[in-house]
Amino acid sequence: MKFRAKIVDTACLNHFTRVSNMIAKLAKTCSLRISPDKLNFILSDKVASGGVSMWCELEQENFFSEFQMEGVSAENNEIYLELTSENLSRALKTAQNARTLKIKLTNKHFPCLTVSIELLSASNSSRIVTHDIPIKVIPRKLWRDLQEPTIPAAEVSIYLPLLKTMRSVVEKMKNISNHLIIEANLNGQLNLKIETELVCVTTHFKDLGNPPLDSSQNRDPEQMAEVHIDIRKLQQFLAGQQVNPTKAICNVSDKMVHFDLLHEDVSLQYFISALS
Amino acid sequence: MKCLVAGGNVKVLGKAVHSLSRIGDELYLEPLDDGLTLRTVNSSRSAYACFLLAPLFFHQYQAAAPGQDPLRCKILMKSFLSVFRSPAMLEKTVEKCCISLSASSCRLVVQLHCKYGVKKTHNLAFQDCESLQAIFDPAACPYVLRAPARVLAEAVLPFPPTLAEVTLGIGRGRRVILRSYQEEEADNPAKAMVTEMSVGEEDFQQLQAQEGTAITFCLKEFRGLLNFAEPANLSLSIHFDAPGRPAIFAITDSLLDGHFVLATLSEMDPHGQDPGCPELQRPVPQLQAHSTPLLDDFAGDDMDSYMIAMETTTLGSSREGPRVLPSRSPSPRAPSEDDEAESTVPGTPPPKKFRSLFFGSVLDPAHSPQGPSPVLAEDSEGEG
Repeated sequence: MKFRAKIVDTACLNHFTRVSNMIAKLAKTCSLRISPDKLNFILSDKVASGGVSMWCELEQENFFSEFQMEGVSAENNEIYLELTSENLSRALKTAQNARTLKIKLTNKHFPCLTVSIELLSASNSSRIVTHDIPIKVIPRKLWRDLQEPTIPAAEVSIYLPLLKTMRSVVEKMKNISNHLIIEANLNGQLNLKIETELVCVTTHFKDLGNPPLDSSQNRDPEQMAEVHIDIRKLQQFLAGQQVNPTKAICNVSDKMVHFDLLHEDVSLQYFISALS
Repeated sequence: MKCLVAGGNVKVLGKAVHSLSRIGDELYLEPLDDGLTLRTVNSSRSAYACFLLAPLFFHQYQAAAPGQDPLRCKILMKSFLSVFRSPAMLEKTVEKCCISLSASSCRLVVQLHCKYGVKKTHNLAFQDCESLQAIFDPAACPYVLRAPARVLAEAVLPFPPTLAEVTLGIGRGRRVILRSYQEEEADNPAKAMVTEMSVGEEDFQQLQAQEGTAITFCLKEFRGLLNFAEPANLSLSIHFDAPGRPAIFAITDSLLDGHFVLATLSEMDPHGQDPGCPELQRPVPQLQAHSTPLLDDFAGDDMDSYMIAMETTTLGSSREGPRVLPSRSPSPRAPSEDDEAESTVPGTPPPKKFRSLFFGSVLDPAHSPQGPSPVLAEDSEGEG
């Protein structure tokens, strides 16, 4: 198993740092899948994550100037690792003024992902920061739990409003109740609703637009699809989106809500299961 | 004692107190002829810090009333720090600061003369004390590193603020290496991220040490001095010796000098750190403080700080080498619970392995810690 990659472009480095910051906010521990063309950050719902799962994908050639990997075997040319997401984002935080960043799989007393950063400094001297992030190699028999999720059939698919606005609404609603109802219809309307004995609060978003959806043929555009979820999970998801995405779609069905985001060239799928 | 600090130096004084507050909970003020000293030591006696403010630092400096001996006092760090809580605010509003202590009063008076005629007077309670001094000599250390504080501040930037200890050493190519130090705990298999920063020799004004030398010390305490030195654009020197012997961190300018003396880990982890460093089998005797006086000092302390000093110097896990423990002076207040005391008090930065700087002399001034065998004097009862 071998993995070495290098980033020399500052914009790529900053983008990669933003991705790792987002992952760190979304999942404390996650799996990283390394394949010849892609990197995936995965949170599987088989793990005790309380009904949340995540699949984040990026094309390696959009980030790395050099990328070499050798998987577990020729037929299974992939590497699956488990790591603490915060370690990666902390390591990348020191790469703000970096000339180059190298990541490689090493085994220094224990398996690590070593992030080695050559810093620019005022004088001619070079400074090198190295972070050894401890990892666990995930055995092949567990790989099937970490595959790309099949997108379930949704009743309604709708474009999301500005995430910052959603975040502030959700944060305030969280103080009232943990049970959130998301309603959406094919007329571009999205409602966030909480109901308690004393009070019922609904925030209405209109004219959002709907992406094309196959099953939309026979559905009354005014009819709302609804899903009941734990508001804290939505809050955690929104907290991870520091930058407004290029594209943000929400798919609602009564069993779960699925967020499909695109941050420039990084795609993020986030699933929150309905409350039982 | 009476001294007056004016203008920008008030902020400097405030920052010095902030630095010292990272080390200890009590501040020892002692006016000397060559300046006012502010000293502190941490509860486990593994870190000592001292700032000496020269008479020129002050607008007016009078160590003692004529014909009288200089007075010295010990005050709660928290109280003194509250006067200088915000250095930024000090800079903006305070014009003069007057500190006075007289034999007749039982309060240390700190008066801040602020803008618009506002005068803030703080009357702080203090305790009489003996002189807190650690005997150390930077010149006696074979290894020295000196660099602008800014270089060192940049060097510690990659380390998380919660990291307790760091190892500083000279690596291949005479690069100065700082590496996060993790105590290996058998019951916590989750490994922590290891961070290493390597700085080239050319960033240092002086580098007198061979490849392979390394010491491990408390980063949090070091940051205290770094936070003072960096904005002041001072150079910081690190004088050190073999692992186990204290390291001296020093800054100096025309008006003041500061010394932080920190204990270093006496045994190197066989796994990590620099391979060239010899592993010591026997702990080396530490610094001795100025003898007798400190015994009196601690007789008045409350039980908690006494127990902390004991707990952090007892035997750790069995794989550590034998340690010298203080002989306990019989005291009516020494309950048998001491022996059963839980391991580390949460939040005590220096871990069990650090040795006390003031060891034998604190509790038994007549003896100095020697030899490898643990000395734990039982209280009286024995067989026969």
